[in-house]
Amino acid sequence: MKPNPSNNKLFKVSRRDFVKIGALGSTGLILGIPLGCKQDKNAFLTGREDAVFAPNVYITILGTGEVQLIAHRSEMGTGIRTSLPLVMADEMEADWTKVKIIQAVGDVKYGDQNTDGSYSVRMFYQPLRIAGATVKLMLMQAAAQEWQVDISECSAVNHEIVHSSGKSLGYGYLAEKAGALPIPDENEITLKDSKDFKFISKETVIYDLEDIVTGKAVYGLDVQIPDLKVAVIKRNPEAGAGIKSFNNDMATAIEGVSKVYKMESTAFPMGYNAPLGGIVVVANNTWTAIKARDAVEVVWDKGINASYDSNAFMQQMQRSVQKEGQVKRQQGSATKALKEAAKVIESDFLVPHLAHSPMETPCAVARYNADGTCDIWAPVQSPQWVRQAVAEALGIEESEVTINVTLLGSAFGRKSKPDFVVEAALISKEMNTPIKLLWTREDDIQHDFYHSNCAQHIKVGIDKNNKVTSWVHRTAFPSISGTASADAKGPSSDELCMGVLDMPFEIDNISCESLDAKAQIRIGWLRSVHNINHAFAIGSIVDQVAQARQMDPIDNMLDLLGSDRKIDFAAKVEGFNNYNVTLEEYPCDTHRLKQVVQLVKEKSGWGKSLPKGTGMGFAAHRSFLTYVACVVEVEVDDNNNIKIPMVHFAIDCGVPVNPDRIRAQFEGGAAFGASLALKSEINVKNGAVIEDNFNNYLVARMEDAPINTAVHFVENEEKPTGVGEPPVPPFIPALCNAIFMATGKRITRLPIRL
Amino acid sequence: MEKFTLNINDQKVSIECAPDTPLLWALRDQLGLTGTKYGCGIAVCGSCTVHLDGTAIRSCSLPISAINDKAITTIEGVGKDELHPVQKAWIAENVPQCGFCQSGQIMSAIALLKQNGNPSDADIEQAMSGNICRCGTYIRIRSAIKNAAKNNV
Repeated sequence: MKPNPSNNKLFKVSRRDFVKIGALGSTGLILGIPLGCKQDKNAFLTGREDAVFAPNVYITILGTGEVQLIAHRSEMGTGIRTSLPLVMADEMEADWTKVKIIQAVGDVKYGDQNTDGSYSVRMFYQPLRIAGATVKLMLMQAAAQEWQVDISECSAVNHEIVHSSGKSLGYGYLAEKAGALPIPDENEITLKDSKDFKFISKETVIYDLEDIVTGKAVYGLDVQIPDLKVAVIKRNPEAGAGIKSFNNDMATAIEGVSKVYKMESTAFPMGYNAPLGGIVVVANNTWTAIKARDAVEVVWDKGINASYDSNAFMQQMQRSVQKEGQVKRQQGSATKALKEAAKVIESDFLVPHLAHSPMETPCAVARYNADGTCDIWAPVQSPQWVRQAVAEALGIEESEVTINVTLLGSAFGRKSKPDFVVEAALISKEMNTPIKLLWTREDDIQHDFYHSNCAQHIKVGIDKNNKVTSWVHRTAFPSISGTASADAKGPSSDELCMGVLDMPFEIDNISCESLDAKAQIRIGWLRSVHNINHAFAIGSIVDQVAQARQMDPIDNMLDLLGSDRKIDFAAKVEGFNNYNVTLEEYPCDTHRLKQVVQLVKEKSGWGKSLPKGTGMGFAAHRSFLTYVACVVEVEVDDNNNIKIPMVHFAIDCGVPVNPDRIRAQFEGGAAFGASLALKSEINVKNGAVIEDNFNNYLVARMEDAPINTAVHFVENEEKPTGVGEPPVPPFIPALCNAIFMATGKRITRLPIRL
Repeated sequence: MEKFTLNINDQKVSIECAPDTPLLWALRDQLGLTGTKYGCGIAVCGSCTVHLDGTAIRSCSLPISAINDKAITTIEGVGKDELHPVQKAWIAENVPQCGFCQSGQIMSAIALLKQNGNPSDADIEQAMSGNICRCGTYIRIRSAIKNAAKNNV
């Protein structure tokens, strides 16, 4: 398989980085004999210890034979720190036990590092395969030159180049020689045939597994550097509102407190970088800082959202979706078809604000240095963005800021936003000492960038021949951009492309509409984003449609999806956004969606007879370019306790790069969905969030989560797509539909209250 | 500030801190034992689970002054020479995703299996219900506990 060079901008950038030989040697003298020349059992495996072969920014081979692979995406639990390096290792025929993974700092030279939107594998699979294959070719060229043979007589096998005569040279030995060669053109590179994959689509355990189970893995709050002080911040319950006055006498009297001072707040809408501000407490350890924070007395000011009441806002949004909104996708005349319909199925659907609540709260270590530079260690999803934001806040150049990325104790989108790191940097500068900033759980839950609450109304018309003839979908929710701009009055078309405008059903009369709703609290993207709301509504209404048509829900879905086709949304919707890639590259293919539907039907035992109080529900949804169908089995007892004994997912994510981690994302995605469906809800009153910890912001515990989850793959050689977010959206309506089957109750509002 | 002598992972250690300091922060800030994690500070998430005389407790809510000579075991203290069978089971099942809560999960699981060598699903749910995993690794935690039980921990 020949790569298409035009697809690989990143690799072209990396090609500028040149081969470095002996860069680690301090004297520049070559002393002694290369290890590889010794005639022992390790003969020709290793080379000069200081040899460094680094033909691109991602791969370095040392004379010792160690292969260093850069993980430039952030590890928040998806396994990406393992899955992308293994792609390189596979193409370069490296021995995985000789691979060392190095986490990249934030730097544009690595290409996109924003670990978000389920696109790490999608964007980097091909460029990193080429990077690995290039290294392999250069090692083969070096060996061929050494042996004075034609390269066609050489092959790469497990960290060695082997000649047809049987002799071999190790990668360490060849590092120096390969480094002296020019970097080959991309059109000379041949990628492996998928049948020869050693790691891709096989099972590789995560690189940090043993460190995690022994407590050695380092997350943000675990970073230790000399002279660290700990900071916490007392924050106005209304985000963005300032401080009238404060009294720090009690707090500063506590032994170990260094300083209690005011950090200015940025008024709403403050964006994603601005510190929330408040009263900063710096102390010599965490407990002292927390205690002193409690001792600070503050009179808070009120801001523009002081009257925000999420309950009243929801009612207002619900009223708004009863009437026609701004039509963003139209086909035929839904109004006319609804008038002529024999049956109309309609319902409202409501989803509350939700918090990310990653297990590790936001935190950062910052060291503002005497020379005006700044070093950061933090669990961040987007280190380049953080680098920019910190540089801007400190008034220094980006080149003067180093962002070291630790492991992330989960993130779900929260740690994309640089605000908490900027706070740490500002405090370090103010205090002139290294600072570890902790967001307590109360800070995290009360001052998140919340998932958009949302009201929807869907109306479906069925004609006298039992055919679905019209589809009206209205949605109202505050836009994420409302956090940064007062001009954002409601959903943007990009946001509507997550589940509304990309509706795949073959229906003649369609009207997809949005209604304005203004952000009055920080809104952000949460795992699966608006797909959570829209898939819940669509997946639930189609189950009602199946019931009305007296059809099996899966047959109904296949009928709605209609003919096999690649839907030309670009022609139907102005400014259609297909997750930032073209529909030509990643079409919305109803054939592939129907395949996952059929696969889940076959594997789940769909249609089997079930005892009273139990039910099976189905839903399917394409998001982030991955096709997912889901069947959930549920048991509801007489006290309305809900148990989820089994979940089946059928998925098409193209080539499954690391199948075990894909299964893990679906198992976890179902548990995450169970939190949102059964437990979680953020309420705001007088501009302040009511919930403040896991005792009232509820999330799924073991007894709430699915007991078993099976993941069934459609096998194909399509380009790989992401799996972090796609599990969540179809799980929730599948669960709701299962509950309907078990209890006869339709769920139209999250979290579910039976 | 007061002086306390604690018995942590079979070692006597002396620290000086405020008597109301939760064990969690003493472990992390003063003793460098960062395997025990902060998650909620109010004993509802389980990330900070350690053993006190073999029983699983939440270190975020246990003041240093209440410990006396009781034996504290943290994740760093289990499987010091060789991995503990529960840690091995965790590896065999590839349990962790982000891994942050797993020290606490493992400590709860070890305490459970010490009391009950053959826990039922309901026993496991009850013992583990205090440990939240936001990545949702519960299925594999359950299997790992069952496998560790089978191998007679």
